[in-house]
Amino acid sequence: MFANYDKIIERISLNQLWDFPGGVHPPQQKTLSNQSSIEYLQVEKTYYVPVKQHIGIEGKLLVCEGDKVLKGQALTTSEAPFSVPVHAPTSGAVTKITNHVSAHPSGIPELSVIIDADGQDTWIELDPVPDYAKTSKSELIERICDAGISGMGGAGFPTHIKTNNSKPLEFLIINGIECEPYISSDDRLMREHAWQIRQGIDILVHILQPKQVIVAVEDNKPEALETMSIACQQKINYQVVSVPTKYPAGGEKQLIQVLTSREVPANGLPIDVGCIMYNVATCYAIADAIVEGKPLIERVVTLTGEGFKSPKNVWARLGTPIQSLLTYGDYDQSQQSSPRFIMGGPMMGFTVTSMLTPIVKISNCILVPADNELPHPEDERACIRCSACSDVCPASLLPQQLFWYSKAKELEKAEEYNLFDCIECGACAYVCPSEIPLVHYYRQAKADIRNQKEEKEKSDKAKIRFEARKARLLKEKEQREEKHRLAAEARKASLSTDGGGTKDKIAAALARAKAKKEALAKQEALAEKEALAKQEALAKQAPHIADLAESEKTKAVSVSEVSTEVVASQTAQGASPAKDSPEDDAAANEETKEL
Amino acid sequence: MTMLSLSSSPHHHNRRDIGQVMRLVCYATIPGILANVWFFGFGILIQVVLAIITALVTEGVIMELRKKKTERVLKDYSAVLAALLLAISIPPLAPWWVIVIGTFFSIAVVKQLYGGLGYNMFNPAMAGYVMLLISFPVQMTSWLPPFSIAEQSHSLWDAIHTVFTGFTSTGFSVEQLKVGIDGTTMATPLDEVKTALLQGYTVTEAKSHIMFDGNYGKGWLWVAIAYLLGGLFLIKTKVINWHIPGSMLASAALLSLFLFLLDGDQYASPLFHLFNGSLIVGAFFIATDPVSASTTSKGRIIFGAAIGLWVIIIRNWGGYPDAIAFAVLIMNMAVPLIDYYTQPRTYGHKNKASKDS
Repeated sequence: MFANYDKIIERISLNQLWDFPGGVHPPQQKTLSNQSSIEYLQVEKTYYVPVKQHIGIEGKLLVCEGDKVLKGQALTTSEAPFSVPVHAPTSGAVTKITNHVSAHPSGIPELSVIIDADGQDTWIELDPVPDYAKTSKSELIERICDAGISGMGGAGFPTHIKTNNSKPLEFLIINGIECEPYISSDDRLMREHAWQIRQGIDILVHILQPKQVIVAVEDNKPEALETMSIACQQKINYQVVSVPTKYPAGGEKQLIQVLTSREVPANGLPIDVGCIMYNVATCYAIADAIVEGKPLIERVVTLTGEGFKSPKNVWARLGTPIQSLLTYGDYDQSQQSSPRFIMGGPMMGFTVTSMLTPIVKISNCILVPADNELPHPEDERACIRCSACSDVCPASLLPQQLFWYSKAKELEKAEEYNLFDCIECGACAYVCPSEIPLVHYYRQAKADIRNQKEEKEKSDKAKIRFEARKARLLKEKEQREEKHRLAAEARKASLSTDGGGTKDKIAAALARAKAKKEALAKQEALAEKEALAKQEALAKQAPHIADLAESEKTKAVSVSEVSTEVVASQTAQGASPAKDSPEDDAAANEETKEL
Repeated sequence: MTMLSLSSSPHHHNRRDIGQVMRLVCYATIPGILANVWFFGFGILIQVVLAIITALVTEGVIMELRKKKTERVLKDYSAVLAALLLAISIPPLAPWWVIVIGTFFSIAVVKQLYGGLGYNMFNPAMAGYVMLLISFPVQMTSWLPPFSIAEQSHSLWDAIHTVFTGFTSTGFSVEQLKVGIDGTTMATPLDEVKTALLQGYTVTEAKSHIMFDGNYGKGWLWVAIAYLLGGLFLIKTKVINWHIPGSMLASAALLSLFLFLLDGDQYASPLFHLFNGSLIVGAFFIATDPVSASTTSKGRIIFGAAIGLWVIIIRNWGGYPDAIAFAVLIMNMAVPLIDYYTQPRTYGHKNKASKDS
């Protein structure tokens, strides 16, 4: 069904690529921000570093409030396979370790280390690898982990997990597509730092030993294509490929399909079809970590949209509140009737809930659109079944069927139509003539399905516990009865040997035994009652937890109600998916698989 | 702290809404309507105006009754389009109450009683058309000959007069307007051939009638070509996909070619079928109604192809000379089934068939 290695190599060398179904061509708007070099920012007064900026679990805190830290010092350490540490973006003092608004659509506060800069910006002593070619793979992977690197293209999947591969690898794919309109951070990075990206690729090649490296850049970035080609020209098995511009060509699954014609199997990983993919920014960070010994503490962020007077790309330290970036890009308040800041691009980004939302490892763009640039959607109209959505769906789903089932809460049907294969790229909603916020409905349905599954798991567990307890109680009862029976038999035996003279004594003993038995029975009844009460409490607990979650979600939603009627009406129809950004989903799938 | 404005991704939209889509379809009918006016007179324009007014009033009243945002709904132009398509399907000088009843039925019963835009199972224009055809067969089959072979020509004023009173300002009835220069009453090309075949003539003999210009009915060919242009415009602007018109025309052409090769005396040629009657209008404007058509790519091909087959079958063996409306309505009923069995293979999944085995 899929092309073999030789065929792919042949096609790629002729630049005859495959295609993925669907896709859209929104206006690019890249030139707004990609005309000048990446600028460095002054050191901020305060940084808000969330301890978890990737898919997985947070590391263990290494610092306490009041501690002095140096730039690049680890704030957490990786204890579990899926945890990735974070580092101090500058030197200063840890003023607080507390919950702070998160870089997430819900904005739900997450544990963050708040650092006041001392202005010195003093590096911790760096520990570069002198020659990575002579270093063991496991050490390199460990260093990548310790440097806090997770996928910087959007998913935030721990890089060391992906790099720890033992399966045969044909294609190491470097993703420089950057298909979302407006964003140009990868574009500028490739133009200005192609050589360091190449270093990162070299390290990955050393670890992963692929048969072929493909660097894929969309053809709307000719300068980046050129610099990457120059950087890679000495390597015979590195091929820089120009990919036709179409959204979402940069999606992992779509890019693999374009380059190799292969499809990552459902619930599978790219390695199942012989591919592993890294974003260019991740390669840059890997080179920093190994060659310079520097942990990941900054990334390129595009400041763009007509709401900025001077759109540009900047090196932003992780933990920088977007407020400072707004100042840096000359935010023009007059362009917006009500302030709206999008983290990420216009297709998959999310509106932030606070000016203090921090930049994290996956934040590639702050988009501030003027009112008429990306107008708020109108109220949705009825679906006219035009199928424009399925024509553009890159996963060949039937978005309108998914929409009907999601809206009607026929979740089983939605799953049957492969709801979880939706990558939430937004192409369907982009073309929908009824302006239905399709992706929003899918997120809701996915969250509902997940909640249902969790609840079912919980109740199943409770049921098992209950059954086990019942069995144990029954067994104990039987044992007691057996003991009593034996004791009675023993007494009977002793009675028959003793004769009649001790009758009074026996009567007294019998009375004692009877009293004892009664007391025991009472106790037993009490225990039973207690058990029942416990059981009830347990059963109540599950919905109670759900209620809690619900109320938290409504909190998140209420923010939106004030500003946009539309969003409020959509979210009000069901719980807002508090905790799942699109990338999360894809990566969460991966994660479970890996685990 | 200022309250930030929130919205759900994507924040981008290509800014083509339902109203725009429907308007584009309306615009695409203009060449066909103009050609029709040129060859057959102003009647069609009067029908269009009457239909649109009736549709807007009907939809507006129902929206008020249903307590919906009337203005917003009317601005989606779906009622206008349905009315327009019905108006161009009926004889140009049909009495005014025919189009009013038909449009009312289309909008009130076929569309709104099913739940309004997006929920109707049947194509409103075609359901209205069939209702009219069955209820008022005489009025619905009184087609005029093109001016070039008509004994009487008529002006705009005559057309208005005839639609509202049954007679032109100079006192001619529709029956009299139907008389050709040869003194006989004219029918449509499809009707003419069908009648001739029933009387034992061959197709070639039937086409020797004055109304024909070789394979095609005089006037009708150009009207069909004009609608074809409009249809191609819709494909070019991506308002419709090629699937339905393409498969519909192809299947109609193939079946008629097969029959033609089998017996050219009994069965007309593919070109005859394509450019006479309303196959072209049907393929590009009627069968492509998104609400009542199939929603998958494969499904749309099946849907269109089946309509093409039904059209040729009914034209050749059915009781009616043309059959777009019947064919479309029959296939509307099959849509849920077609959709269910033509789901595309999702990325990363195996085919349904190979999953089963």
